[in-house]
Amino acid sequence: MVAINIFISMSRESILKEVKKNQPSLIPLPDVHLPIAVAAGNWIAALKERLELLHVDVHEFANEGAVLHFLKQQNRKNTDRVVTTIPAFQSVATIITSASEDAHTLENVELAIIPAHLGVAENGAMWVTDALIKYRVLPFITQQLAVVVKRNTIVYNMHQAYEKIAGTAYEFGVFIAGPSKTADIEQSLVLGAHGPKGMMVFIVDE
Amino acid sequence: MHTNVTNHADASIDFNLDEARVDWHDKTLWFIREKRDKASHLIPEWEDLREYASQIKNNVLSNLSEYLVQFEEKAKANGVIVHWAADAAEHNKIVHQILKQHQIDRMVKSKSMLTEECGLNEYLEANGVEVIDTDLGERIVQLAKEPPSHIVLPCIHKKKEEIGELFHEHLHTEKGASDPQYLTAAAREHLRETFLTRRAALTGVNFAIAETGEFVICTNEGNADMGAHLADVHIACMGIEKILPKQAHLGVFLRLLARSATGQPITTYSSHFKIPQPHQEVHIVLVDNGRSVHLGKEDFRNALKCIRCAACMNTCPVYRRSGGHSYHNAVAGPIGSILTPNMDMKKNADLPFASTLCGSCSNVCPVKIDIHDQLYKWRQVLMKEGYGPAAKNASMKMMGWVLSSPKLYDFSGKAARWVLRNTPFVVSNKLNPWFKEREMPEAPKESFKEWYLKNRQS
Repeated sequence: MVAINIFISMSRESILKEVKKNQPSLIPLPDVHLPIAVAAGNWIAALKERLELLHVDVHEFANEGAVLHFLKQQNRKNTDRVVTTIPAFQSVATIITSASEDAHTLENVELAIIPAHLGVAENGAMWVTDALIKYRVLPFITQQLAVVVKRNTIVYNMHQAYEKIAGTAYEFGVFIAGPSKTADIEQSLVLGAHGPKGMMVFIVDE
Repeated sequence: MHTNVTNHADASIDFNLDEARVDWHDKTLWFIREKRDKASHLIPEWEDLREYASQIKNNVLSNLSEYLVQFEEKAKANGVIVHWAADAAEHNKIVHQILKQHQIDRMVKSKSMLTEECGLNEYLEANGVEVIDTDLGERIVQLAKEPPSHIVLPCIHKKKEEIGELFHEHLHTEKGASDPQYLTAAAREHLRETFLTRRAALTGVNFAIAETGEFVICTNEGNADMGAHLADVHIACMGIEKILPKQAHLGVFLRLLARSATGQPITTYSSHFKIPQPHQEVHIVLVDNGRSVHLGKEDFRNALKCIRCAACMNTCPVYRRSGGHSYHNAVAGPIGSILTPNMDMKKNADLPFASTLCGSCSNVCPVKIDIHDQLYKWRQVLMKEGYGPAAKNASMKMMGWVLSSPKLYDFSGKAARWVLRNTPFVVSNKLNPWFKEREMPEAPKESFKEWYLKNRQS
């Protein structure tokens, strides 16, 4: 450790000195003010449309009880490992309350059901932080992901999202917009590059 | 022209040998450019967004020394270990040193153009460290022992049959299989095993926030997250220009980045790394490698605003028809052609000439870099410094001589028309690049001047 720090600190000073010498005189930061292009009444419709384009299976429900009912109807193998961080789903999934085990043990999770803080209508992104998922790798390592988001947390664009995020405490946060995907082979879209092959979003009233 | 360095024009000749393939490459990239257009047209305030992004980046460059110090302070307070690297060699040494401390000799890596720029993979491999690239496109070019040809779509130059062949050899997929779904599934299995068994992960950085010390990584595949969250050690490498002042600015840049890159409204994952997980070490390596000197060049500093979306590459008629490898650098296309001469003017003297100056690159750039103006300005600098292509030097001198004398000019025109009409083979041959892939119009009998003198009504 000591050895590294010695030769690094020398570069730090020389880089900062050169940058300071060469940067132009101060150009002020702009105040970003942009109108919200779509009226609030249409945000849910916009979100649903966007999620469908992202190959997300999207449903609206009155509450978590209705989501539970839906989950119970789904054909799932008994051997599938289903986990959740939402207590209401304990009859269909194993509850995760903390990251008490090695995260590698999640490798065989078939479905993870997690909440999101908010959703963005314009791009379909769900904002999720470590407090909601316990294991950071959970929404990536699972084969299928389900996200529950409250209707009244939906915003239209990313500026509004960051207004809500500002000042909130998180150690890791991620916007998730659909299942993992790639088009690296001749621009053919394939879902499930490394992360989930499919995603569901449940928009709940409360 | 230069010893052991390919020049763009020569490399393009090789790329153009297979005409059908060039057409395919051209169309594929144009398709992505069209997706970018559609996505941007859905945002009524698109041009305002570009303007804000440009202004924010102008501010960043004008206050970079302070933002870097602020970022370092916040990142350290978050529990992240911050390193500074003056050049590629120091960057590579730092990464190797971190791995050595943890006795790690196998690492996963997600996409980082900076580590391509620094030649990290080669350095680590020479030092006995195995590196596996995890972005599907990067894994493909790594298996093919090639560099990426595009900063967002690393294997855009490869046909699925070639990828099938590579996977058959390395991942034991069925011989002759080329279905993208099947091949991607095979890579998923292979890389999942890799993610689960590696203790170190290296990632790039898309944005680093001075205000909070967090850094943001954008991927569609989720490979950066699979690597970083499962590893004991996460090393994130970034150029010093990647700083944004405030978290709220991410709203502007995340709206622009993926739309400009691939026409998506946002990448699947935009991950914000702030505080390391318990029992995990997170390192950030801040890399200069010529950027601080570049910052001092008034005509060229705007290129440091680049967010690596590749919109300029997808739209460039020269890039689309010459391929990324012809630019012999980690960052190809128009942006690469204005970034790389800052690092090595002699080695990259050919690149500012690899453009038609049509200006499409500047028009699609989400941070409004004056790319085609800089290409033009680089040409002036390179000719002045004596790095211009030899043939161009000679022909420019000849032209200057001819244009300085009206008599000589008249005579040259006459001679040229006579040659074109009577002995076209003298100029229309393999030695003259102007006749490559082109048919010349028939030469007129007389010049405009001669015609005008004959026909004017006095």
